[in-house]
Amino acid sequence: MDLILTQDMITKLEEILSNELLEHGVDHAFVVDSSGNLITEGGIFPPEDIMPLAALLSANFAATERIAKLIGEKDFTLLFHKGSRFNIHFGRINQDFILVTLFNNEVSLGLVRLGSIKAIEQMLPVLQAA
Amino acid sequence: MAFIDLKRKEIRAKLVFYGPGRGGKTTNVLHIHKTMSRDVCGKMVTVDTRGDRTLFFDFLPLTIGKIMNLTIRIQIYTVPGQVLYNDTRKLVLRGVDGIVFVADSLRVQKDPNIESLKNLEENLRDEKLSIHEIPLVLQYNKRDLAESNVPILSIAEMQNDLNRELGVPAFKASALRGEGVYETLREISKRMIRSVTLKLKSAQTQGQVPQDIPPTP
Repeated sequence: MDLILTQDMITKLEEILSNELLEHGVDHAFVVDSSGNLITEGGIFPPEDIMPLAALLSANFAATERIAKLIGEKDFTLLFHKGSRFNIHFGRINQDFILVTLFNNEVSLGLVRLGSIKAIEQMLPVLQAA
Repeated sequence: MAFIDLKRKEIRAKLVFYGPGRGGKTTNVLHIHKTMSRDVCGKMVTVDTRGDRTLFFDFLPLTIGKIMNLTIRIQIYTVPGQVLYNDTRKLVLRGVDGIVFVADSLRVQKDPNIESLKNLEENLRDEKLSIHEIPLVLQYNKRDLAESNVPILSIAEMQNDLNRELGVPAFKASALRGEGVYETLREISKRMIRSVTLKLKSAQTQGQVPQDIPPTP
């Protein structure tokens, strides 16, 4: 099945990213599907950097899921990479989509988790309608 | 699974280079990356081991033209060919829209070629796709070895082993020298565009996509 997103749907997703994550100081946030397609994004990094990042992070997320299954877990509820300047947080929207947030050390992980939960709740109906 | 973004007026489709280990899948993509203009070719990412074997995948985004006022962007992936990495191959195959099967012309690779094609068919079936329906092109790589003393498979033998039932276009290539790489890419792009156009027209009939998509200003 192909995914078709109209102009209104993309605009709505961009608004959610902006209101729930970017306005709270995160550096970049994007939605990627399980085949590595970058669905929507916003933030400080240029699209040519985000596109390969989306492909890698989607595969990273899928690989982590497989790891969970191999040790008898259904899923890992928190997937988070900590760097010296940037950190990455993953949130599952549904079976097909992942919300990824890149943020620096001035933003707390708790705030990102809260913003991700709120964003996912609002994004779900938009993506289900696609 | 092609992704159609009507805001940016883009179609994104996924092309996977498949085949046995050490067959030259990464070399194909490296040649494209090295020789294509930066205007159409994005950043290449590669996740390999110290021995230059692909561990996870290679990734290269490419813009190949327009249909119905929509820009077509193809994201090229390669899979790790080694038998051991089937889980990773399955992950990379998720949402695939077109495949280049890179077969190795070395005579010792006769069986691994056949096994890898069978593995592709099985993994596609798990994705609910048929090897007979998905856009597919074969490439017989390392033909330059014919000039050396290394025993290689004849084209007729490779056709018989791999393409007898499929009957898809097959290209002789030496990815190391860049020969046959663009012929393969051109044919698979053509087939993917045809398949995406059909899907687009069907989406238009169902009202999911407007009949007239205005050009980007």
